[in-house]
Amino acid sequence: MRYEAPKTLEQAIALLSGAAGQASLLAGGTDVLIQLRSGRIAPQLLVDVKAIPEMRTIVADAGGYRIGAAVTCMELIEDEAFAREWPGIVDGVKLIGSVQVKGRATMGGNLCNASPAADSVPALIAAGALVQIAGPLGRREAPVEDFVLGPGRTSLGNGELVASIQLPRRAPHSGDAYLRFTPRTEMDIAVVGAAVNLTLDGKGVCSSARVGLGAVAARALLVPAAADALIGTKVDAAALKRLAAAASAACRPIDDKRGTKEFRIKVAGVMARRAAAIAMQRARRQG
Amino acid sequence: MSRNHVSTTVNGDQVEFLCETGQTLLDALRDELRLTGTKEGCGTGDCGACSVMVDGRLVCACLMLAVEAEGKNIQTVEGMADGETLHPLQRKFIEHAALQCGICTPGILIAARALLERNPDPTEEEVRYWLAGNLCRCTGYHKIVDAVLDAAREMRGA
Repeated sequence: MRYEAPKTLEQAIALLSGAAGQASLLAGGTDVLIQLRSGRIAPQLLVDVKAIPEMRTIVADAGGYRIGAAVTCMELIEDEAFAREWPGIVDGVKLIGSVQVKGRATMGGNLCNASPAADSVPALIAAGALVQIAGPLGRREAPVEDFVLGPGRTSLGNGELVASIQLPRRAPHSGDAYLRFTPRTEMDIAVVGAAVNLTLDGKGVCSSARVGLGAVAARALLVPAAADALIGTKVDAAALKRLAAAASAACRPIDDKRGTKEFRIKVAGVMARRAAAIAMQRARRQG
Repeated sequence: MSRNHVSTTVNGDQVEFLCETGQTLLDALRDELRLTGTKEGCGTGDCGACSVMVDGRLVCACLMLAVEAEGKNIQTVEGMADGETLHPLQRKFIEHAALQCGICTPGILIAARALLERNPDPTEEEVRYWLAGNLCRCTGYHKIVDAVLDAAREMRGA
C-alpha cells in the first residue's frame, strides 16, 4: 500500500482517478483505519488530503460558511463564531465520539462514511448545506440530503471527493438544534436523531424551517411535512404537536438491538419537538 | 513493499523511523521507537489507552498512521515526568490509588493533562465527560476523577 499526501485538489483527484488498483481517501482516518485493520478495505493507494489547504480551512464570508472536508471536529467546535451561527451543527459534531476521536474525525468523513446514524448529517440537512464535490470532470454541488444514497453509499463517482461543505448565509432571528436519543450520554450511536433549523420574522412567526431526521431510515431524511407544521406559526404547542406527528410519519426505521421500529417512530417525534423548542430559544436570542 | 521514512519529534527529541504504510502511530511508538508506555487496548479508538498528543491535539495513536507523523510534535506518557519528578497528575494517581492493572493509566494521564491545560478548574462533570473516551475496566472512575480534581487543585495552587 502506497501513501501519498498531495498538496492540491487537482493532484488528489489525479491520484484517485489514475490509480491502477483500489484507492482510498484518508482524512481523519477514524473510520478508514478501522476498515483497513479489519480487512474490509485493502487499497493499493491511500490519498491523505490533509495537506490540501482548501480542505483544511473554515472560511466565513458574505455567502455563508465553507467548511473544508478535512477540518477536524475539535477545530470546528472551537470556532466560536461558527458555533454562534450554527449551534445545531455543533450539537451534532460534539457527539461524534470521544475528544480523542474528534481530534481527528472530520464532518466530511462523517458524511462520506454514510452511516444512517451519522450525528452531523441531520443538522447539515436542516441547515440546507451543500456538498462541494470535485472530480476529474470538474466541480459540482449536491444538497446533503441527496448526497448519501444508503448505508455506506454516496453519490461520489470515480475519482471524485468532497472538498468542502457550504452553509448558506444566515437570516436574522434564526436558530438550529440537534438532539439524539442514546442509552448513554457519551460514546454511543444514535437510536434516533432530529435536527430543526428555523427562522422567525419580526413578529416571532416562523417564516422558514427545515427538519432533518437520522437513524430512522436507510439514510438521513429531509422532512418537508415536519417543516410545514412550523412555518406560519409561532411554534406553539399545537404546531409542535403537528411537527412531532409529521416527523414520526416520515420514519422508515429498522428493528435492531438499539431500538424497535415503534420506539424509533415515537421518539423521532419527541426529539423533533424538543429540538424545535431549543432552535426557537436560539432564534429569539439571535439579533 | 517499500517502507516509508518518517522524521518526527517525540517528547522533544527528533527521531526517525521506517514504517509500512499500514502501520499505526501506536505500532511505530511501541515497536520502532520502543516507547511502550502508550498501550494498545481496543485498537479501534474506543478505549483511549493509546491517547497521545499530536501537535497539541489529544488523539488515539491507534487511529493515526505512522506516516502521518512526519514533521509532527508528539507527546507520550514517557515525557510527562521531569526526570525523577513526577507530574502532579502522576503523583495524585498514586496517592488516590487511581489505578490497578495500569493499562489505561498512561492514556488517562495524557487525556487529563490535556483537559487541565485547557481548563485548569474543571467540575467533576467536566472531568467525567472529557474522560468518556478513556475506559478503565478495574479501578472504576471515582478514584481517577478524584485524582484529576486533586491534581487540578494543586496545580492551581488552591
